[in-house]
Amino acid sequence: MARINSPAELEAFRKEILSRRDPTKPCITLCSGTACHATGSKEVAIAIEEELKKQALADKVDFRKTGCHGFCEKGPIVVIDPEETCYLQVTPDDVPELITAALKEHTVVERLIYTDPNTGEKTAHEPEIPFYKHQKRMVFGANRRIAPQSLEDYLANDGAKALVKALVEMTPEEIIAEVKDAGLRGRGGAGFPAGVKWEFARKSKGEPKYVVVNCDEGDPGAYMDRSLMEGNPYGVLEGLIIGAYAIGAHEGYFYVRQEYPLALENLSVAIERAEARGLLGKNILGSGFDFTVKVHRGAGAFVCGEETALLRSLEGKAGEPRPRPPYPAVKGLWDKPTNINNVETWANVPLIINKGAEAFASIGTEGSKGTKIFSLVGKINNTGLVEVPMGITLREVIFDIGGGIPKGKKFKAVQTGGPSGGCIPEKLLDLKVGFDELTKAGSMMGSGGMIIMDEETCMVDVARYFVDFLTDESCGKCVPCREGLRQMHKILTRITEGKGKKEDIATLESLAETAVEASLCALGSTAANPFLSTFRYFKEEYTAHIDDKRCPALSCKELISYYINPANCTGCGLCLKNCPDGAIDGGKKKIHIIDQDKCTNCGTCFDVCPPKFNSVIKISGEAVPPPIAEEQRVIVRKKKGK
Amino acid sequence: MDTARIDQIIDKHDGEASALIQVLLEIQSENHWLPKAVLARVSEKLRVPLSQIQHIATFYKAFSLVPKGRHQVHICMGTACHVRGATRVLEKVQDLTGIKPGETDLELKFSLETVNCLGCCALGPVMEIDGKTHGKITPAETPDVIESYE
Amino acid sequence: MSEIPLQIDGKDVVAEEGDTILEAAQGAGISIPTLCHHEKLAPYGGCRICVVEAESKGASRLVVSCVHPVEKNLIVRTRSEKVDRIRKTLLELLMAHAPESPALRQLADEYGADGERFEKEISFCVHCGLCVRYCAEVVKKNAVGFIDRGVRKEISFIPEIAAKECDDCKECFPLCPTSYLQAAYVLVESLAFRRD
Repeated sequence: MARINSPAELEAFRKEILSRRDPTKPCITLCSGTACHATGSKEVAIAIEEELKKQALADKVDFRKTGCHGFCEKGPIVVIDPEETCYLQVTPDDVPELITAALKEHTVVERLIYTDPNTGEKTAHEPEIPFYKHQKRMVFGANRRIAPQSLEDYLANDGAKALVKALVEMTPEEIIAEVKDAGLRGRGGAGFPAGVKWEFARKSKGEPKYVVVNCDEGDPGAYMDRSLMEGNPYGVLEGLIIGAYAIGAHEGYFYVRQEYPLALENLSVAIERAEARGLLGKNILGSGFDFTVKVHRGAGAFVCGEETALLRSLEGKAGEPRPRPPYPAVKGLWDKPTNINNVETWANVPLIINKGAEAFASIGTEGSKGTKIFSLVGKINNTGLVEVPMGITLREVIFDIGGGIPKGKKFKAVQTGGPSGGCIPEKLLDLKVGFDELTKAGSMMGSGGMIIMDEETCMVDVARYFVDFLTDESCGKCVPCREGLRQMHKILTRITEGKGKKEDIATLESLAETAVEASLCALGSTAANPFLSTFRYFKEEYTAHIDDKRCPALSCKELISYYINPANCTGCGLCLKNCPDGAIDGGKKKIHIIDQDKCTNCGTCFDVCPPKFNSVIKISGEAVPPPIAEEQRVIVRKKKGK
Repeated sequence: MDTARIDQIIDKHDGEASALIQVLLEIQSENHWLPKAVLARVSEKLRVPLSQIQHIATFYKAFSLVPKGRHQVHICMGTACHVRGATRVLEKVQDLTGIKPGETDLELKFSLETVNCLGCCALGPVMEIDGKTHGKITPAETPDVIESYE
Repeated sequence: MSEIPLQIDGKDVVAEEGDTILEAAQGAGISIPTLCHHEKLAPYGGCRICVVEAESKGASRLVVSCVHPVEKNLIVRTRSEKVDRIRKTLLELLMAHAPESPALRQLADEYGADGERFEKEISFCVHCGLCVRYCAEVVKKNAVGFIDRGVRKEISFIPEIAAKECDDCKECFPLCPTSYLQAAYVLVESLAFRRD
């Protein structure tokens, strides 16, 4: 591969790539992100390749395996370009019909296109599908059009234009000013203005300086960074090079979770190819700017997402955070000025350089500019990754894009910000998404996880869940976090088991204050947020658990009993058959009864009882009705008509 | 794992102490666990105290100081999977295998781990065995899946 | 090194750039309670007992004095309602592990800490890290270290090194505020030392 030695050569190469590409030529695009792999996209890929060969279409049709498209609920996803016909939940068996329809008959396979779950309306054209229509995919959209390892795809999609503009037409100070004026705030959780951070690093004394990409995405339920890194590694790299040039750093690090093998693979190839082409390394594109990168894998520690813990991990040490001040911009990696930003933050940089600060800042709200990628997961119909402009309401995201709550259940809360965040209830659904707005509501933007919860979610259990997560992930160095979490965990567990005491809330609040005021890092200081926010909006659930020993959501195992409603039971026997503890007494045409002493509350009977009978119910806070008399258990089937 | 191979991995990282975690990750990946003799060799060659290596090998959950079973069972306990009932799947699998998360059974057949988020939230609850994803898994379905592994 | 003027408990103090608030206070004869601090060891910032109120530009916040650098014209208060309340809770949390520790009892009396407030988990180790750090930084033998993280974090002797070095040293023993260290040593000695 020939090295590209100047911007002019790059443009010539780009022209040459585009000249070889016919935009009218049919292209089959298959989403090949990790989530789609899990639903079987690898098998679909093989089926497509075989079918194209079989129908002698291999040289008439392009086949592109891209990164994540975001509509993860409906994977594997196949899109036929240039028509942008979108096929969902494609199986290998569907492939022959699909290819014939798309490429020979020029028809649409109706059963595989999007169907609105409420209206039944079908949409084949990808941009018009409600899930996509309401999004603004300025950063994530590229995933749809590029094969992650392909530099040519990247360049054909306007890649590296920002890099050239930055290196050739702008000074480092101008770049920093542009990023400041754009109002780009960190997308990793803290939301600190990126341009201001860059400026600190630039002005700090000390050589060498470093730039770092934080891809240690750890919030459970958040996988935006994984999809960005998997799907568009060149995009992140371009942002990083621009930032390095602005700050005056010549060495960069990617810190990627080892749980992300596909991201690591695609990133490594991208780096190799960029180096070979002169877009990375010595004298980039003849600009005189040198910059190299190394990739470090994380080793399974959530706390390493915290910037100072990450830096310690890069140094080969245990991920224990360092006190701040001094901040990494002054004393970071090996005590040198270091700028560390999240993957999505870096990915926004080429956009800002290309479009300009004003255009970027025209999107969003006063305090939150641009877009944000969220992972919309949990009790939601359209699970996936969505990119929306700041300022959109939660209601629009959850209902217009997310398609609302499955199985006709009622929305209860949306959890944002991971273990550092909080739950936002139904009455605040018209809140505009933004850093300050979410913080004011008692949560935070965080890295972008949006977990939707319905009426069956117990909010006390949610608080316990996050504290449980943190007891394991805390580095354990400081007392407020380690010991505070230890005690918070004991208390919240007791409450969910019906052993709550009157003074528990006051104790939790005291532990929360101690954690906020005296913790070493943000993991500790935000550890009480899940409790504080669920208590703020769902106080009645805490009261019910502590005072009445009742779980209103019918979720906490120790506080519920399973009961077969004699009025509905048809004696079908499914519950008895599946009960792992032999706790159900029944027989043919006999109303079944659960022996409460043998029952372990596993919930299997509840799961297997056919919905049309709906006989198994959960009871909490009151006594289980005594078993009905033997004579009454015989089921007499009413004859129809007579 | 023989000393020559360990030295090879260390030399690939230029014997830099800061590469400790990367070195251990490679060894873990090839050997599936970190025997004490290996840690001692790494300590010697990278000139990092054994007490520090021990801290790092126990601090980071990617490492195992004990041999692992033939089959790695990972149950996702991410928030999305949690609200969809992952805890009950975990309890059922604990019953079936006789081990708790972090443990390996006596026949070295299964190692059970809970993991924080596999990012397949659309398929929650998710159980991953040897890298294969079993999505939308219910407690009732787990016996068949577990029993299918030798 | 430039001079940094600040105020601690109403007293004007002059410190040097790079000093911590604790160092500045100690230099001025003002005492701040500590647990994990030792003059021979690098500041650790683990126990957080030395928190103080620090006010600059009209805004006040709590900072950990053993690691926080002095700032020009900072107003420091080593005691306040909030500081005392936080110290009390920290002590109560630690006493759940080591209720009889003399060092903790002394501070508990001063701050009105109730050793019964939290559910006990009597492991005795309060993770001050003095033993681990002393062996690493002063004696430089690294015979004892930390293992794991979070609520499962513990100290652990390396039997091979401890068997060789500790008998003639034991300089860390008097540092342990709860005497857990001595117990841990005796246990590993009986279980794991191989003396040839």
